[in-house]
Amino acid sequence: MNIWLTFLSKAFTMGMTILYGANGEILTEKSGNLNLGVPGMMYMGGIGGLMGAFLYERAVETPVPIVGVVLSLLCALLFSGLGALIYSVLTISLRANQNVTGLALTTFGVGFGNFFGGSLSTMAGGVGQISTAATSGLFRAKIPFLSDLPVVGELLFGYGALVYGGILITIVLHWFLYKSRPGLNLRSVGESAATADAAGINVNRYKYMATIIGGMIAGLGGLYFVMDYSTGGWNNNGFGDLGWLAVALVIFARWRPLNVIWGSWLFGGLCILYLYIGGLSRHALEVFRALPYLVTIIVLVITSLRKKREDQPPAALGLPYFREER
Amino acid sequence: MSNPKVREPLMHIVKRDPMPFWKSMLIRLIAVVLALVVCGGVIVLLTSMIPGKTALNPLQVYAGIWDGAMGTNRRMWVTFRDAAVLLCVGLAILPAFRMRFWNIGAEGQVLMGALGTAAVMIYGKGLPPVLLYTLMALAGILLGAIWGIIPAFFKARWNTNETLFTLMMNYVATQVVTFCIIFWENPKGSNKVGSLDKAVWLPNIAGNKYLLTISLVLFIAVALYFYMRYTKQGYEIAVVGESENTARYSGINVSKVIMRTMALSGAIAGVCGFLLAGDVGHTISTGLAGGRGFTAITVAWLGKLNPFAMIVVAFFLVFMERGSSQIATDFNLSESASEILTGIILFFILGCEFFINYRLEFRSRKHTEEVVKA
Amino acid sequence: MTPMIEMRGITKRFGKVVANENVDFVVQKGEILSVLGENGSGKTTLMNMLAGIYYPDEGQIFVDGQEVVIRSPRDAFELGIGMIHQHFKLVDVLTAAENIILGLPGKLRLDMKKITADIQALTDKYGFEIDLSKKIYEMSVSQKQTVEIVKMLYRGANILILDEPTAVLTPQETDKLFTVLRNMRDQGHSIIIITHKLHEVLALSDRVAVLRKGMSIGTVETASATEMSLTEMMVGEKVVLDIERPEPENQQLRLKMEGVNCINREGLTVLKDASFECYSGEILGIAGIAGSGQRELLESIAGLQAVTEGSILYKPKTRDWVELTHHTPEEIRQFGVRLSFVPEDRLGMGLVAAMGTTDNMMLRTYRDGFGGLLRRKKPMEMSERIIRELSIVTPGPDAPVGRMSGGNVQKVLVGREIASRPRVLMVAYPVRGLDIHSSHTIYRLLNEQKKNGAAVICVGEDLDVLLALCDRIMVLSGGRITGIVDGRTATKEEIGLLMTKSSSIAEEVAANE
Repeated sequence: MNIWLTFLSKAFTMGMTILYGANGEILTEKSGNLNLGVPGMMYMGGIGGLMGAFLYERAVETPVPIVGVVLSLLCALLFSGLGALIYSVLTISLRANQNVTGLALTTFGVGFGNFFGGSLSTMAGGVGQISTAATSGLFRAKIPFLSDLPVVGELLFGYGALVYGGILITIVLHWFLYKSRPGLNLRSVGESAATADAAGINVNRYKYMATIIGGMIAGLGGLYFVMDYSTGGWNNNGFGDLGWLAVALVIFARWRPLNVIWGSWLFGGLCILYLYIGGLSRHALEVFRALPYLVTIIVLVITSLRKKREDQPPAALGLPYFREER
Repeated sequence: MSNPKVREPLMHIVKRDPMPFWKSMLIRLIAVVLALVVCGGVIVLLTSMIPGKTALNPLQVYAGIWDGAMGTNRRMWVTFRDAAVLLCVGLAILPAFRMRFWNIGAEGQVLMGALGTAAVMIYGKGLPPVLLYTLMALAGILLGAIWGIIPAFFKARWNTNETLFTLMMNYVATQVVTFCIIFWENPKGSNKVGSLDKAVWLPNIAGNKYLLTISLVLFIAVALYFYMRYTKQGYEIAVVGESENTARYSGINVSKVIMRTMALSGAIAGVCGFLLAGDVGHTISTGLAGGRGFTAITVAWLGKLNPFAMIVVAFFLVFMERGSSQIATDFNLSESASEILTGIILFFILGCEFFINYRLEFRSRKHTEEVVKA
Repeated sequence: MTPMIEMRGITKRFGKVVANENVDFVVQKGEILSVLGENGSGKTTLMNMLAGIYYPDEGQIFVDGQEVVIRSPRDAFELGIGMIHQHFKLVDVLTAAENIILGLPGKLRLDMKKITADIQALTDKYGFEIDLSKKIYEMSVSQKQTVEIVKMLYRGANILILDEPTAVLTPQETDKLFTVLRNMRDQGHSIIIITHKLHEVLALSDRVAVLRKGMSIGTVETASATEMSLTEMMVGEKVVLDIERPEPENQQLRLKMEGVNCINREGLTVLKDASFECYSGEILGIAGIAGSGQRELLESIAGLQAVTEGSILYKPKTRDWVELTHHTPEEIRQFGVRLSFVPEDRLGMGLVAAMGTTDNMMLRTYRDGFGGLLRRKKPMEMSERIIRELSIVTPGPDAPVGRMSGGNVQKVLVGREIASRPRVLMVAYPVRGLDIHSSHTIYRLLNEQKKNGAAVICVGEDLDVLLALCDRIMVLSGGRITGIVDGRTATKEEIGLLMTKSSSIAEEVAANE
């Protein structure tokens, strides 16, 4: 395959983690919760998925891939959902500051991931020894036959299930937010919780649901990164700043899921561009690696110049809601 | 109408009047104690998972934490100094947060400050000490301030979201530092600068190598308290933070205040970088700030933006972190254990604020029952 | 007959503040009931407990003879109770139709076409004119109110509570609303209207329930009530309702605005070709529908709103004209122009809610004196004086003003602004949310300034008050000055017509294109 086609396809897979994270955060923010714990929930989802697969494959002689995948998926959802639950209890029920709680969740989640990642490595006999070949293999399985087609095969059908899952989640999320009744209710919660409440919407339930499911979606991003992108192994701090880029992408995409698809592609491309430009000196390499952040900043500035009403964040983002406020 | 529902809600939440100071401190203390209990439990659980070692009992855990943080003279001083460094970043964030400018870019501002100082340390070798130290400090302060002013400029001009901007500036700073390290690396190809020549280290005070950082940061704490409370500029920051409309109404140039305050915020972070490069680490690396830019946000928030309360919070967090990482080392656990514990402690302290501001009311129905009987 | 709603022995506290104490309250089927009381008498709190916003600490509620527990707005809907709050509960970025169906059960998929048709059928039945696909932020206040009413009817509410519904309407719009409400009553709905305007009570309602300081004083038939008797019930003593209006003395031209145009942040023209003059020793009232350019007019004089065209001139006693256009508030102050401004948003613009009275006193003067240090001595004396002279209720000069009651907040703000002995005093909605005694204190202060030779500009919403207080009344409509009338001779209807004259600039521009 042409190197630039490879680049496009790799950019897409690189961006997939960001895509999950951004979608999860969009769902969360539409309920008025600004959860800066995305990186933490990604780590929790990732380590959950790895743990499920690793412990299963260690426990049985001949692991059945599909069982590994299901266990891994469930664990990822459970762990990341748990992280989001902690955040929800603190910010929704106990009305703690959202920024600080989110950052605390990130501290906790990253520590959690690295700690158990390290423990699994120890159990496996050393760093880089973790093997979840069967499960990861199924996660990464390409679409049979179609992926063998010339040119388009690899480009369109050469990805694991979680990649297609990501696209599907994006589309479903778009439909949910803009074409369904609960989606309309959710948007009103994020715009003005008092209005939603007066209209008979159970504000807390919507906030809890959106935040926990949003956290789980972010966790799937972690699962994808660990089980598919990193082929089922663990590196401490291996996620780098993908979680934060996901938070950035939410603003970049103006809170619209469909924009996340090409946005994550772009971010993914910027993250790996330096690998595809030959003959870079070590210095130039570092400049290229700063690209995603610089582009984010530029986009941020450009979007702040535009003042369209529909492009603004949910009006009640970051504010706790208390019905009997006077 | 469907059948009437006379189901009572079990309880409902009501806002409290401000409670006395001692009572709110008592609630926070209870939260800390609960957090310690849970942390102890977690450590017992974690240590019991390690094959070949006997698990700790909870009391041993607390003894171990104390020993790790304060056990020896050296450990104690390191704990004090680390708390001072964390406090310094918290102090840097304070004026910005008072202005409701959510600066989560202290990490980058510290790094840039450290970079400036390190550059002077590398190129300024052989200068007379006083000049060298002055230049080191100035370079650190200047770069930190610049890193703070950039997002402030865009915020003031176009109301660009500062949370994300400052966050991204952290990573840009990391890349800038990596870029420079390639020039300065020693030995070549190692991607590390390594410990710099002893001649350019900041001096010891009274023969104690920790005291310089500690005393400088405490001085900043006092000065900042004074600045925020008794100066016109501090007053302006408070007004802008409460309401930009009020600020404009009172004739304050809001853009100017935002930029000036972020310059100050960045400058204090720069001082922290100066201390880290010149006094604590004696080197420059991307990990020099060590996530303090984020932890400091919690310090500033939990300390209610009061420098003196922040001293307590910073000390407590560093104490727990150092204590638990000592246990982690003893038991061959990953260093990340301390992050988990920090997270748990933060959750408890954040959650307890609810009980300071709200009250759960269980409804008494005595009045209603009388009416029903009648 | 079983009453539609009965509340028995309701008590509600907020911390130490008792908002309602042992209140009994009855609404019959098919009647319009006014809930009358001063600001802060607990009217809204009581109704919020019917709407499920607040939960009572003690007491019982009966709907149609059966005891109910209303834990949330959803419970209230199920009982057929709908409340239209003073600050409309609408989501700005959604359309009217989307707002109307918010939170209702139904199919997962949103079929806006069918929903719109359903709502349209309802609005046709009641004769509402409303564009269901219009976004709320593009609507006028009275259109928003219509959306709220339709929202409640669509939910099948047969008990409608309206909180101060006429505060933002023109006299003509008010009449229209009253017709709608009477129609609804005749169809069997029960309507509760919260108000403190006596003539509305007398014009509209069948019965009046009066609250004072959180307690129910009694319910009377409107037919047997008079303004005097209701006021006495409301305030608890005989009060003089008349507002003083001394004759202007020794008038001199003080302020002149010539052809001023202003554009807001979204690029819309908010003030168009505004020209007027203002004299010392008079109170110039400004009337208009909310958002007709009142705020921009005052802010452009104060140096807070950019002026794109025209000029604003100030005439000091002895010197020549001073140009105020394109200068910041601080520059205007340094010109020696004694201009005071009590803005509409008291805690969001005029004061810092989290600061105490003392720190708020120096908001405009903290820069005085050399050096970088604050001087708190003078502000301290000033705050103590104002607290004493205006009998402000506060724990002390350092207690945050945000925790004070509305009346006391306004006294702090007005007190500070008149302490600098202004030559021009601008006040926006000075008595909004204040009880009768506080309101009269404010009127007295304004009249004092007028007698001292200040030019007083007063933006108001209650036309009765403007007509009683002001020497001249200038009317704004859609950013234009549509007329200046004599406060002694003009009528409400006359002003009402000017308030809607030539509609808005936006429509005019659209018509020209």
